[in-house]
Amino acid sequence: MATGTKHVTEQLGRVVIRFAGDSGDGMQLTGDRFTTSSALLGNDLATFPDFPAEIRAPAGTLAGVSAFQVHISDHDITTPGDAPNVLVAMNPAALKSNIGLLPKGATLVVNADEFEERNLAKAGYATNPLTDDSLAAFTVYEVPMTSLTQEVCKEAGIKPRDAERSKNFFALGLVSWLYTRPIDPTLKWITQRFGNSGPVAEANTRAFRAGYHFGETAELFTSNYEVRAAPFEPGEYAQVTGNQALAWGLLTAARLAGLSLFLGSYPITPASDILHELSRRKEFGVRTFQAEDEIAGVGAALGAAFGGSLGVTTTSGPGLDLKSETIGLAISLELPLIVVDVQRGGPSTGLPTKTEQADLLHAMYGRHGEAPLPIIAAKTPSHCFDVAIEAVRLAVTYRTPVILLSDGYLANGAEPWRLPDLSAMVPIDPGFASEPNDVAEDGASSFQPYIRDPETLARPWAPPGVPGLEHRIGGLEKADETGNVSYDGQNHETMVRWRAAKIAGIAKVIPAIEVDGEDDAELLVLGWGSTFGAINAGVARARARGRKVAQAHLDNLNPFPLNLGEVLHRYPKVLVPEMNLGQLSKMVRAEFLVDAKSLNKTQGVPFLAGEIEDAIIELLEGEA
Amino acid sequence: MTTAIPLTTRKDWTSDQEVRWCPGCGDYSILAAVQMLMPDLGVRRESTVFLSGIGCAARFPYYMNTYGLHSIHGRAPAIATGLATTRPDLDVWVVTGDGDALSIGGNHLIHALRRNVKMTILMFNNQIYGLTKGQYSPTSEVSKVTKSTPFGSVDQPFNPISLALGAEATFVARTHDMDRAHMQETFRRAHDHKGAAFVEVYQNCNVFNDGAFAEITGRDVRASMLIPLVHGEPIRFGAEQERGVVQRPDGQLEIVNVADVGEDALLVHHEAQADPGLAFALSRLANGPHEPTPIGVFRAVERPEYGEEMSRQIVRAQEQRGVGDLEALLRSGSTWTVD
Repeated sequence: MATGTKHVTEQLGRVVIRFAGDSGDGMQLTGDRFTTSSALLGNDLATFPDFPAEIRAPAGTLAGVSAFQVHISDHDITTPGDAPNVLVAMNPAALKSNIGLLPKGATLVVNADEFEERNLAKAGYATNPLTDDSLAAFTVYEVPMTSLTQEVCKEAGIKPRDAERSKNFFALGLVSWLYTRPIDPTLKWITQRFGNSGPVAEANTRAFRAGYHFGETAELFTSNYEVRAAPFEPGEYAQVTGNQALAWGLLTAARLAGLSLFLGSYPITPASDILHELSRRKEFGVRTFQAEDEIAGVGAALGAAFGGSLGVTTTSGPGLDLKSETIGLAISLELPLIVVDVQRGGPSTGLPTKTEQADLLHAMYGRHGEAPLPIIAAKTPSHCFDVAIEAVRLAVTYRTPVILLSDGYLANGAEPWRLPDLSAMVPIDPGFASEPNDVAEDGASSFQPYIRDPETLARPWAPPGVPGLEHRIGGLEKADETGNVSYDGQNHETMVRWRAAKIAGIAKVIPAIEVDGEDDAELLVLGWGSTFGAINAGVARARARGRKVAQAHLDNLNPFPLNLGEVLHRYPKVLVPEMNLGQLSKMVRAEFLVDAKSLNKTQGVPFLAGEIEDAIIELLEGEA
Repeated sequence: MTTAIPLTTRKDWTSDQEVRWCPGCGDYSILAAVQMLMPDLGVRRESTVFLSGIGCAARFPYYMNTYGLHSIHGRAPAIATGLATTRPDLDVWVVTGDGDALSIGGNHLIHALRRNVKMTILMFNNQIYGLTKGQYSPTSEVSKVTKSTPFGSVDQPFNPISLALGAEATFVARTHDMDRAHMQETFRRAHDHKGAAFVEVYQNCNVFNDGAFAEITGRDVRASMLIPLVHGEPIRFGAEQERGVVQRPDGQLEIVNVADVGEDALLVHHEAQADPGLAFALSRLANGPHEPTPIGVFRAVERPEYGEEMSRQIVRAQEQRGVGDLEALLRSGSTWTVD
């Protein structure tokens, strides 16, 4: 057992750890395992997987660096942390591309084996940073992770080349020791994933244990750290990513509505995991259709909706471009349809693996003609579950396509989630038409597909199969009530206004926007989507500096909550931080004539809390 | 509860909408053939859906007193895929044209065919764009002079039958708008087929491409210019059945005088052959509708239907894992409890 120094275990309130290595080094998996152990310990946490679009860029190059940042704490946190306290760098390229994020005094754990001439050259280092004093501002731990892993695997007869692949488990073991994480969940997971025996399970287990014991026995570390459980509301918790929560939300919504779920989708980063997750869940009766293209994905979903299923399509920006025409058809047909856009950097292929919020105006206006639809956005990974259900409720109730906006950060990011009480959820009534709704002049009953519900203005949803309700609908303008083709100008305007009024009327049933902060605050920060965490943390910091700041976050982007105008005019100043060049700010300025200031970032990474804080202070002091 | 399928007439299948094709359009005779066939198919109006994209042919659903969906250009097979896989109880018909199916919608057509999704696709081929007033189409012959090709088109046309066969279609047939009985028999076969059925219908556009098929479908020339494909029968044609098709030693097909080769030398049509090679060769027999052209069923083979396979996976998953339990799903990863 431990023969080395007796370590002191220190208490930390929170810590931000960043694992960085080559794309082939398994950094996402390492970060994910560390996150799960921390979740099981009861920490609050937020994660930020940050990886390149290339599956395997040339090994050892800057282009191939993949990183995973996790923030763990003993109190409520909402962001993956502005700056890492610890960087685990598996090679020189990982060090070089991440060192700039580290504040002075941060801890560096490097895989010393990889700091040899060839790798240093690939990363563009003229001299070895481990020896040239350039890292003097940091506490550096040099650990020969590759050779120690190979050494411990040799005893089990595993070849050095195979053993080398397990070095990320060594790193995981070491960091697990450093932050007193339990080791059993990871050992159990290795068995589940790689089996009880076999060289891979053996090598990973050995490497993980060796890393853990290395921390304990090597006289390198003087202390290790404990981050205690955060005070959570009582309940049962799970750790979820946004894409997972979204898929589960769709399954739950389908169950609440008593509808079969049909997903038509074409693989696209970062939305594909929703397709993957639903494809695994056939026992829920979900049909997943990997279409020939984005257009077919949404087309099939709309066809399923015509047939009375819950039609869903999932995509990211480029796919949303392609789906636009079919979404317009769904607006014209007035059928329920869910379009999930997991946003990424654009335009065009843009930054496939990096996050952005620049599709809002596309969702809002990206179709020809007057083509309004409800837009709803998720603000945290677990919130994706709630908005998926809400999107389905709106789509089904109002017979309309709904665009649900998530983004790359939410899709892959994870957080603890208090499991909801499913039994308390309100069912969704599809209200299928079952009988004729009109009487003709000759007294015969008939079915008119565009006679509207006076309350919701929604038309009947009448899937095929019911005698007497046969009807024809299409993308040509339809005559009011009968749905027959009509080229009459007056009728067109009537229909344009019906469609607009129906969507605008949704404002009556969506919740009012809530404001966190006092009525006499100097400034309101209005956000939407995944900026929620950073805004929350930034506002908290500004308040800690004595500023009176209010915060509000929009889930419903169209229509807006009825009280939004009143809220915006309540405060002398309004700041709208967005990962775009000011799309929501444009919308609220146009709608409410409010002088909202826009704070923008389009770097493929979320806002830092400090950036929000600075912008708040600057706006308040700028005119002071 | 199942009730007997009510007896119907053409009138029951005809909607109250005024038909708005140009007078003399071949679409009228196709519509009549379908409306008159429906009472004989043993199907219900409420379980029948006609789906279309854009084009003259795409107005078809409005004239059928069934459920109908007139969608957007080229996408009908994709939309039909979602409908047919979720509603196996329905009869889904897709009515399309050469522009809709082979230009803008080419991708959806080939994928619906290869997947073998349960739908009956009627592709009206008039070798021209009608609704946009007369541009050349992907089936127009080379050198076609139209508004958009005043110097003649330079692109090679598709052969729709070859294309469907190349797309792994399980049912491929051709008929024409001048022969109601042949259309009805072909449509019936297509309807009864399990999976995706593709029927090319030679259809005259009397406004923009009048007489495109006159050389082969005219009453006076039909016997000598159309080669009826009949399963299990030697392939022969002509007023006296004097001509026929043989397969040469090099595998190529050739039209011969029966008197020259003898009846036994004629190629016997076998629509259910697993290998589509001969069907493909038959599709290449004519270089265009001015040479003797095969009509009828080129290929009809059995293959699992896509929606059925999709449903089977669900049933199997439910047998193995039980019907999905949401509570268990939310707990499928690691969970912990805070007291």
